[in-house]
Amino acid sequence: MANNESAVSQSEVKLTAKDFSTGQDVRWCPGCGDYSILAQMQRTAPDFGMKKENIVYVSGIGCSSRFPYYMDTYGFHSIHGRAPAIATGVKLANPELMVWVATGDGDLLSIGGNHFIHACRRNIDLKILLFNNRIYGLTKGQYSPTSEKGKKTKSTPFGSVDYPFHPISVAIGSGATFVARSLDREPKHLQAMMSRASKHTGIALIEILQNCNIFNDGAFELYTEKDTKADNVVVLEHGKPLVFGKNNEKGVRLNGFNPEVVSLEDGKFSLDDLWVHDEFDPDPTRAFILSRFIDNNALPLPIGIFMQIQKTSYDADVETQINNIKTSRGEGDLKSLFFDGNTWEVA
Amino acid sequence: MGKEVQILEDVTVRFAGDSGDGMQLTGSQFTNTTALFGNDLSTLPDYPAEIRAPAGTLYGVSGFQLHFGSNDIKTPGDSPDVLIAMNPAALKVNIKDLKSNAIIIVNTNAFDQKNLKLAQYEKNPLEDDSLKGYTVIPVPLSQLTANALEGSAISNKEVGRSKNFFALGMMYWLYNRPIEPTILWMESKFKNKPEILEANKKALSTGYYFGETTELFTTRYHVEPAKLEKGFYRNVSGNEATAIGMVAAAVKAKLQLFLGSYPITPASEILHELSRYKSYGVKTFQAEDEISAICAAIGASFAGDLALTTTSGPGLALKTEAVGLAVMTELPIVIINVQRGGPSTGLPTKTEQADLLQSMFGRNGEAPVVILAASTPVDCFYMAFEASRIALKYMVPVILLTDGYLANGSEPWRIPDPDSLPDISVQFRTEKEGYYPYSRNENLSRPWAIPGTPGLEHRIGGLEKANIYGTVSYDTENHEIMCKLREEKVNKIALDIPDLEVTGDLDADLLVVGWGGTFGSIAEAVQRARKNGYKIAQAHFKYLNPFPKNSAEVLKKYKSVLVPELNLGQLSHLLRSEFLIDVVQLNKVQGLPFKSIEIEERIIEILGGNNGK
Repeated sequence: MANNESAVSQSEVKLTAKDFSTGQDVRWCPGCGDYSILAQMQRTAPDFGMKKENIVYVSGIGCSSRFPYYMDTYGFHSIHGRAPAIATGVKLANPELMVWVATGDGDLLSIGGNHFIHACRRNIDLKILLFNNRIYGLTKGQYSPTSEKGKKTKSTPFGSVDYPFHPISVAIGSGATFVARSLDREPKHLQAMMSRASKHTGIALIEILQNCNIFNDGAFELYTEKDTKADNVVVLEHGKPLVFGKNNEKGVRLNGFNPEVVSLEDGKFSLDDLWVHDEFDPDPTRAFILSRFIDNNALPLPIGIFMQIQKTSYDADVETQINNIKTSRGEGDLKSLFFDGNTWEVA
Repeated sequence: MGKEVQILEDVTVRFAGDSGDGMQLTGSQFTNTTALFGNDLSTLPDYPAEIRAPAGTLYGVSGFQLHFGSNDIKTPGDSPDVLIAMNPAALKVNIKDLKSNAIIIVNTNAFDQKNLKLAQYEKNPLEDDSLKGYTVIPVPLSQLTANALEGSAISNKEVGRSKNFFALGMMYWLYNRPIEPTILWMESKFKNKPEILEANKKALSTGYYFGETTELFTTRYHVEPAKLEKGFYRNVSGNEATAIGMVAAAVKAKLQLFLGSYPITPASEILHELSRYKSYGVKTFQAEDEISAICAAIGASFAGDLALTTTSGPGLALKTEAVGLAVMTELPIVIINVQRGGPSTGLPTKTEQADLLQSMFGRNGEAPVVILAASTPVDCFYMAFEASRIALKYMVPVILLTDGYLANGSEPWRIPDPDSLPDISVQFRTEKEGYYPYSRNENLSRPWAIPGTPGLEHRIGGLEKANIYGTVSYDTENHEIMCKLREEKVNKIALDIPDLEVTGDLDADLLVVGWGGTFGSIAEAVQRARKNGYKIAQAHFKYLNPFPKNSAEVLKKYKSVLVPELNLGQLSHLLRSEFLIDVVQLNKVQGLPFKSIEIEERIIEILGGNNGK
């Protein structure tokens, strides 16, 4: 959480998207979904309420990990998979900083999987932007841990035989306290997710389904194209029923633990029968069920905030513990440290 | 009474028993009392890798060795003069290390059929003549302790446990030390368990008076206090000294100390120690793995902390890529490798010096790293401080090599005045005018501009940097410039470290050169050989990259250079390639420190046994 010093004061001139641009040539492929993610971040960042010197972007390796170069804040383009670990050190050293992680599906879930689950477990106050394009882009097109089974790529010419991870399920299972999904092609929605994540204390994951127009073009077409998205995407809104379809004619009902799509037109079901989304449900069971919709073609893809719960963050608890010890024992000095334990004098 | 008192210059004692027998505790009590008495000393614990191995087995034997004297003590001692063996396994495991005429004090009650079988003795060694040549003192320790504690409120099991204090009391009598320091310690340790306190006190004092009255001991030994420099002392192990040194460095640098670490033998104690020091502004992070541990430290360094990661060999291998990142981003970080036997998992609880070449070369690309090595347990304090000074001043990763022998060994530390330690504070860059992330000062180090500083927002990372500007650069000529700058920066540190010091006979034909934790054994060997009339010079490397600037001059001055090291020739390899000289190797990879006699024999062999005359 920002204190008064690191937060922007009312009297200061409000920053704009331009203030967050480094002016460096952006080197993603033309047409890449990453451009949209960068633009939404630059547009949202002025509203974080932070001075830009107090914002840090940390990334690993991959196309998405070039992100920090384009944000005019402090940034660290580190090594493959290690962004959450580097970011953890930054945040612990100076908890007043707002620390974002920009990462991809290979970076975060393959080589960096261990750091990811432990960052979630600790609930350290990091905001993770997961650029999920379900492919390795920078190494030119191998399948990733989020690629669908059977995917044909350069390293799987006969189709992959392993099952994918669902990042949202992994995050929920690892104890994350803010879990959301958005799409590169939904700029307003993505901005809203970034803004909400920025206000969360603790770990925040935004999975952004992002199109790689070179190696996995159209992977999320169903969810982004005009003709199909209404029938295939459900927008999660707190306190509202899960309704979707071109004319809002469909809904999702929870039958025991089984979600099922029902028609609101045939008179059998009404809005009152539908699953009403509760972002703040302290029990992650329903959020987990939402995270598995993706396994069932009959169910729509949920986007929005799957869950958000309040817990003290790791960095804050570390500070509190140190302050309590300093209060109870007094601040140590070198003399008392050196003389700690059995000493004797040679006269 | 009326017993003969023999004055000794120094004594090596080894306590050995089951890992549950409390030998480490007994040894450290004897050590504390001996330190308070004023002897110089050096200790080395030797415990099994298994936490609680089955009682009575050979692999469950735990030992603690202490060398103390009225003279300058440099090592825990080659061969014990006295062994206290609490059971047959302890006798069997340790007898091969003893001096030929050593005293062996055994707990005869433990020499029953079951324990003899567990120790793989076919016959009771106390009843045949296999111990001929030793002075065996058979003491029914268990029985005597039980007799002493008869009627006490504690259980039989607890009575059994008190026998180590009976043995300790007996040893106090034998070496003429007071029992009061241990009584004081017990009163604090067992203050909430009054029955156990009383029992242990009784066992200790009964053991002491047993020494006086029994006819088993005909001689009592006396070791005069050593002539130590005036001042206050405490006993420290290498790992404790390392931890304290890092805190001192952070205080003198006016920075928060951040430790990212993953538990690993024999380095974990540094994590344990630093975790206790939260009131000194220390932040410790027990990471999910070795890689996260160093990466978090690098992140903390980026944000302006004095960053540290601690590990042992296999952990350093895992950190390799991140060390390269620290080289590329030119961020200060101290990496402490408490070396153990390798490769792979190797010998986790045993010592070795076989990570020198890993530290030197174990990275992709041209990635020079400063390498220091501590020479004694106390030196770990000073080298941890020095590693921090260099890292901060030059914005570089520094690897400090210690080892299991230094880490667990202990010796008296003359406590320095904190004000006598140099100020190593750093200036973070705050000035916007003329700021470039990779501009350099006279030391070739780049400015440290930390997040939170307005106007200095910048990006760093593992991709090659444009000289001065620090932006990403794929320019081929720039890459060569940067590789050379990074190398030159490390090399220049040679101007800022002490020269290689030569001791002994400067005009000798033979120079004995070591590095790191073998200092004590080498110094003892050289000293003894010189006493016997051999002319020998000695030099010891504590700076391995860069080498001290006078190294070539020193090495080329001597007809022969002998390099003892606990590996198969790693420093020898570096000296040959760096200085184009040949050296004579003396190598040992048994997971054990050198015995000084092993080095002394080699010295005499080289000098032809003619006293070098």
